[in-house]
Amino acid sequence: MPRPSGAALARGVATGYLSLIVLIPLAAVAARSTEDGMDAFWTAVTGEQAVAALKLTLIASLIVVAINAVTGTIIAWVLVRDSFRGQRIVNSIIDLPFALPTIVAGLTLLALYGPRGPVGVDVAYTQTAILLALLFVTLPFVVRAVQPVLMELDRDMEEAAASLGASNFTTFRRIILPNLTPAILSGVALGFARSVGEFGSLVLITGNLPFKTEVASVFIFSQIESDRTTTAAAVSVVLLLISFVVLLGISLLSRWGAKHEE
Amino acid sequence: MAIVVEGVRKHFGDFVAVDDISLEVPDGCLTALLGPSGSGKSTLLRMIAGLEQPDAGKVIISGAEVTSMPPQKRGVGFVFQHYAAFKHMTVWNNIAFGLKIHKRPKAEIEDRVEELLKLVHLEGFAKRYPAQLSGGQRQRMALARALAVQPKVLLLDEPFGALDATVRKDLRQWLRRLHDEVHVTTIFVTHDQEEAMEIAEQIVVMNDGRIEQVGPPRDLYEQPANEFVMSFIDPMNRLGDEFIRPHDFELMLEPNGTTEEAMIDRIVHLGFEVRIEFTLPNGDQAWAQVTRETADNLELKANEIVYVRPSTSTVFSQPSPEVVGSGGDAPPDD
Amino acid sequence: MKSRLALRTIGLGYLFLLLAAPVGLVFYRTFEHGFGPAWEAVTTPEAQHAFWLTILMVVVAVPINTLFGVVCAITLVRHRFRGKALMNAVIDFPFAVSPVVIGLALILVYGQDGWFGGWLTDQGIQIIFSIPGMILATIFVSLPFVVREVVPVLQEIGTEQEQAASTLGASWHQTFLRVTLPSIRWGLSYGIVLATARALGEFGAVSIVSGKVQGQTETMTLFVEQRFHQFDLTGAYAASVVLALMALVTLLGMNLISPRKEEA
Repeated sequence: MPRPSGAALARGVATGYLSLIVLIPLAAVAARSTEDGMDAFWTAVTGEQAVAALKLTLIASLIVVAINAVTGTIIAWVLVRDSFRGQRIVNSIIDLPFALPTIVAGLTLLALYGPRGPVGVDVAYTQTAILLALLFVTLPFVVRAVQPVLMELDRDMEEAAASLGASNFTTFRRIILPNLTPAILSGVALGFARSVGEFGSLVLITGNLPFKTEVASVFIFSQIESDRTTTAAAVSVVLLLISFVVLLGISLLSRWGAKHEE
Repeated sequence: MAIVVEGVRKHFGDFVAVDDISLEVPDGCLTALLGPSGSGKSTLLRMIAGLEQPDAGKVIISGAEVTSMPPQKRGVGFVFQHYAAFKHMTVWNNIAFGLKIHKRPKAEIEDRVEELLKLVHLEGFAKRYPAQLSGGQRQRMALARALAVQPKVLLLDEPFGALDATVRKDLRQWLRRLHDEVHVTTIFVTHDQEEAMEIAEQIVVMNDGRIEQVGPPRDLYEQPANEFVMSFIDPMNRLGDEFIRPHDFELMLEPNGTTEEAMIDRIVHLGFEVRIEFTLPNGDQAWAQVTRETADNLELKANEIVYVRPSTSTVFSQPSPEVVGSGGDAPPDD
Repeated sequence: MKSRLALRTIGLGYLFLLLAAPVGLVFYRTFEHGFGPAWEAVTTPEAQHAFWLTILMVVVAVPINTLFGVVCAITLVRHRFRGKALMNAVIDFPFAVSPVVIGLALILVYGQDGWFGGWLTDQGIQIIFSIPGMILATIFVSLPFVVREVVPVLQEIGTEQEQAASTLGASWHQTFLRVTLPSIRWGLSYGIVLATARALGEFGAVSIVSGKVQGQTETMTLFVEQRFHQFDLTGAYAASVVLALMALVTLLGMNLISPRKEEA
């Protein structure tokens, strides 16, 4: 164990590092956003194009996490309770979206579901493309949150429910689902935070059409490119606020989940 | 004196863990710190080792004051309740750890580890990892690891607390024999009075951060300083002001003037002994422990009347204890 | 039984359509005209430069984050201090902040008109639109991984082994090297693998601070985008395959480490 002086040194190093890399830059964004006064900030975030981008981002993210909640739970169930050949491989490719660079993710989706795709489905430059890309990059969150809980879940409870005459569906709805809810919600929250800020997988497949497929991160990007950093900073602050609310939600959720455990 | 503690205090937040404790442990003595959980015994031990810093007071080991010295320099061996085995090292490397830190020559390390493996009966286990050992084996390894650097004092924090009952009994006797061989001044913490009585030469009874009594096991049993010590050392009946050990009840079938009438509630067979639970006319409940032979001779049955009298009982009148004879009206008989 | 099959079909079908088929198709497209064109596309001087620049990002950002990640994790787990909850939250920020915002933030601090930019320019140091800025962006996005993997392991092993080492005479650095570090090695490795994957694949933040000068500040991910916009699909696919193969190696690493992690 480091003696008190060592502990203070470590704390100082950690604080300094986090400040330099994370806190000071984020503070600079907040500072820039209100540099020209609150009115300018307000004008920037209520601009037509900004509002459209933010709205699209939030709606797309909500749809995506809703789909994730269902598909993620199903996939987790298939990985834990089912057994079939190749299950281990399926289990490991779940993490592929975490490992694959986002630009590559966008390109692969475009290859299959774009104008030159072999199946004749072309979603490029549509809002469907946004959903597809976001579904790809957020896939692991719910699966990886639910999987361990499902593994730990006492089968006794289900057997007890069955012995009391509950059907499979009732058992799932009344017994399994309530136990999975905290995990599903935390996976959903993480996926939501990721969706709201996603950029790399979207740039190629959405075409970045203002008012149609331009999400918030792409809007910020275009503002930076055209040197309107104050507008970029203002919309960034809105995104940051959304992220922080979600982070806070996750930490409250995990506390709730911990209570649920007892 | 191997260990001297003077006026030591320690608090955690609002909780006073150790409240002005002074204690002396003679050279080569095997001492138990006995008390319920939260009595401050582990904190006291950890302050002697240097793992906690006292708020006030002094710790002296082998005549040198070590109060502000880090644990590395105190020359103590410490054994943890949950073994604190280095999980990534083999048994051999665990035991050799301290010797390597002290940069002993390789040949010496090998000899010493060999010797210790023999001492703790783990000769065949040198290449195993802690995860491949039973709890008892892990604790013996931890003990060998602590002894390897020839500490001035050996401190054990509930060393058998995490083990099951049979292993605990075996290890107890083994520790006692080991102490007779190695003769290192030893303090061990326990909440188990039987364990303390069985192996310690001196017992320090602690409660609420204070020492209630210090003495050899027999003194504690025969002359408990107060109610707490008496009832902690042995299970106890309390009837009014009197404390009566379950073994100290005499049971008979006829009243004789000094007895009280008791209704037997339940008879529990514990093997060699039998526990008789009964209710006195004033509603007090108590229990007596007698041999099976006695119980059989009296032909005791539940829901029948028996006549009881305590052969000895103790009344504590502050500050010093007073032992009174049976019946309450006789003068102290010793 | 019926419902089990139905669920299996839905789950696997979804994974096939969303993950396996698109990634498989990119591999197919890359090699449909043989190995030659793909090899040529990724061995141009520009592609090679992009590859080595990506490697540079990883070998600078990951060790720095490993070092500070361990310090942060130990601070969070082993010490009590005011502002600990805040530190905990700040470490997670990079997970929740958009890469684009990260890029903007770095420009606002280290760019020419930024907080430190003027002073840095006077010293002749250029951060934004050059490699140091890209490294900073990579450090930012890959910061939480090591901390998040090491913290639970440190909590799990507790302090008793460290205390035991100290009673045996080990100084704090001996204790760290011989006891703490070996105990956290699997969690640490896992964190390093995750941070590496993130560093290899970062696009948005790096794209903003790089200035995208071909052959100078172009990493593999930026190269993919640039080839795509130049209508060089072969080049974009081939570079994607290189990145995807690195991702698969990462995935393999994760799978090799995670069972060991549970053991420890």
